[in-house]
Amino acid sequence: MPETITHVKTSCYHCGDECLTSSYQIEEKQFCCQGCQSVYEILSGAGLCSYYHYNDHPGATRSRTDKRFDYLSDPVILAGLLDYTDEHLSVITLYIPQIHCSSCLWLLEQLNRFNPSIYYSRVDFLKKQLIVRFDPRAFSLQQLVELLYDLGYEPLISLQDIIQKQNKAEKGNLVQKIAVAGFCFGNVMLLSFPEYFGLSGYEQTFSHFFGYLNILFTLPVVFFSGRGYFISAWHNLKNGILNIDFPLALGIAVLFLRTAVEVITHTGAGFADTLCGLVFFLLVGRFVQQKTYHHISFERDYRSFFPVAVQIIEEGREKPVPLSGLVTGHRMVIRHNEIIPADAILLKGQALIDFSFVTGESVPVNKTLGEIIYAGGRQTGEAIELEVIKPVSQSYLTQLWNNEAFTRKQDNRMKTFNERVSKYFTIILIAIAVGSLLAWLPFNYRRGIDAFTAVLIVACPCALALSTPFTMSAALSIFDRNLFYLKNTAVVEQMARVNTLVMDKTGTITTGRGKRIDLSGALTGEQQQLIYSACVNSIHPLSRMICQYFGALEKLPVTYYKELPGKGITAIIGGHLLRIGSGKFIFGDFKETKLMTRVHLMIDGSFLGYFTFLQEYREGMERIGELKSAYSLYLLSGDQDHERDELLRFFPDEGHLYFSQSPQQKLDRVETLRQQGNKVMMLGDGLNDSGALKQSDLGVAVTDDVNNFSPGSDAILDGRSFHKLPAFLRFSKDTVHIIHTSFLISLTYNLVGLSYAVTGRLSPLVAAVLMPLSTVTIISFTTLATHFAAKRRKLI
Amino acid sequence: MNIIYFLIGCSVLLALIFLGAFFWAQRSGQNDDLYTPSMRILLDDDEPKADEK
Repeated sequence: MPETITHVKTSCYHCGDECLTSSYQIEEKQFCCQGCQSVYEILSGAGLCSYYHYNDHPGATRSRTDKRFDYLSDPVILAGLLDYTDEHLSVITLYIPQIHCSSCLWLLEQLNRFNPSIYYSRVDFLKKQLIVRFDPRAFSLQQLVELLYDLGYEPLISLQDIIQKQNKAEKGNLVQKIAVAGFCFGNVMLLSFPEYFGLSGYEQTFSHFFGYLNILFTLPVVFFSGRGYFISAWHNLKNGILNIDFPLALGIAVLFLRTAVEVITHTGAGFADTLCGLVFFLLVGRFVQQKTYHHISFERDYRSFFPVAVQIIEEGREKPVPLSGLVTGHRMVIRHNEIIPADAILLKGQALIDFSFVTGESVPVNKTLGEIIYAGGRQTGEAIELEVIKPVSQSYLTQLWNNEAFTRKQDNRMKTFNERVSKYFTIILIAIAVGSLLAWLPFNYRRGIDAFTAVLIVACPCALALSTPFTMSAALSIFDRNLFYLKNTAVVEQMARVNTLVMDKTGTITTGRGKRIDLSGALTGEQQQLIYSACVNSIHPLSRMICQYFGALEKLPVTYYKELPGKGITAIIGGHLLRIGSGKFIFGDFKETKLMTRVHLMIDGSFLGYFTFLQEYREGMERIGELKSAYSLYLLSGDQDHERDELLRFFPDEGHLYFSQSPQQKLDRVETLRQQGNKVMMLGDGLNDSGALKQSDLGVAVTDDVNNFSPGSDAILDGRSFHKLPAFLRFSKDTVHIIHTSFLISLTYNLVGLSYAVTGRLSPLVAAVLMPLSTVTIISFTTLATHFAAKRRKLI
Repeated sequence: MNIIYFLIGCSVLLALIFLGAFFWAQRSGQNDDLYTPSMRILLDDDEPKADEK
């Protein structure tokens, strides 16, 4: 009879997660937990059920915990978080990672229906931000955050929020510069056409009028839009660097001066349109280069996931204290899902700490009373009390951040192709210009000056300056589509030059969430039901995985239940005695034959079999092995070496596997490799890799959810695209080839222009045609070539 | 042909007004979020009445 139990899988009406029990139900709507059910109740109470019409299962899953937002009433913390406040109005911007669909948008913009003291709420979908204006007299920030929490949209308020608000950098006004340059470019083109088509003698007065107007239009282009190039060129010159901005600034200056002189002395029409076009295209190139990912942060460190405040117990009462005020001896209370912000000793409660932020290992660790718990762990389960033994700034985790690798200047660790080339380019350019000036000087000094200026105008490396940004931004969007997010365009070139790959194990080449679960032994339907009923009471992750393995079964009433942390469960259900747990727990003195996680099952004294939990490697690990011919592969793992044999399938050279590595050892090992002249790409995930990520030439954080925590790095790779890593590496090399080719194309244009220029007879029309033509050629070539390269590597 | 001076003056003035409008839009943050309005417009002001109660 029990064999007929079918695995009916129902999903939660609110969040869509699988329902493990059928105890949460309203009007035939199933919910996975009390939390989701209460969200539905709140919404249906306020008549806002349309939330469920725009999408199926729009909510985010949640498990109900204690209230923990008391710190938001502390005036010091409040002042750091609010954007603006006076007696009648407060404005706050909250980051809500759960925003993901139009239902979220709809609901969050109707917050005033819950409380009329909320004047206004607006969502920025891509940044996942919610801006709320409310009346601070009638409604507090704490109430707002609690309301959002009850709706399932818990804002992420971290220590970094406060710090970032304090040093918010002035945003560049690049768009305005482009607007001005574009405006002037259009008008100047219009005014220059008559000159190119020829004006009769009687229309000469117009020619002068147009000329003066052109000068007027070039003024804002040179002094507002183009100012950055002069500043940068001057700055670099002072530091003895010849970068691409120098010939650009020189070109702009010469164009402007020659135009002004020609117009004022009535000797010609000048090059106003070339000048405006040049600045406009250059700025557009710069704009394209500045692609940013609003939803991803590359600069995260421990502060971005540490809370703003913790609850401490003082004289028998709980009160919130900002992290900076936490000192040795404080007794903190850490509840379910909260992070332990400082190294501390466990005083009370059952600690089950999830160190996935720190190590990437997702299975929580049991800690016994009196044990030291390092900062960075996340408590799961009941509330615990701890005594702080080191302040936040001196804890083990924070110490890692004080390593010199983090204070070192990060930008441009490798010189880009552009930087290397532009130095020689500038020298040759000036040599040709001066050469033609000297060649003409004995015969005709006017022609000499004409030739000198014409060389600088024609050879102005506009196409060269544009080839890199356009190729790189095209490449970046290809990577983007494949869920590989690069911090900036220079990273592509760095990736092309890498010759050594170093990988972390847990969370990087193994999947972070969930292990593979295997059942050895046969269970009847009744036995399944008994085990399910016992495990469903436990919050231990292994128990939860066992429940998921069985699916939704009916829960039987439990007569007796006892769980020994880290050992196992004893339960009496329906007259049967169940013992589920580790080998030691079941058999007393027992040695596992293999170092694997196993859960043994025993009902009424008879052994039924065991569950094995295996590390699951990311899909496509075999392909990583293919890279061994071109790259040297290393593995740095914090774990023991019991998986060595399995890993040797992927990592061919035995000498390159290192186990039991501390964060500091990982960092040192990467540094050693770099000192041997290797270009090192490090792939890691947890905070324990962050030192090595920073130390490497190219640090890639591998994560299963880009919105979750990932350590500061140059690039963030979504775990689902891990198998594409070889293709990414090859594609980055293609991209660099494309830049080289487009450099050759722009050189060809320069040579054609130069052959006109050195004779001193450069007509404005030739310059006006040549400059946009070369620009358009470069842009279309780079875009198409990148597209084809991506297709060849099967990335699109 | 002197009308040209007037016409060019008009066209430049008009263009300047548009440039000014763009600056205003930029400063008042209208271009900060270009994605969310495209979703917001699809949402109804009134909720669908076909609500199963």
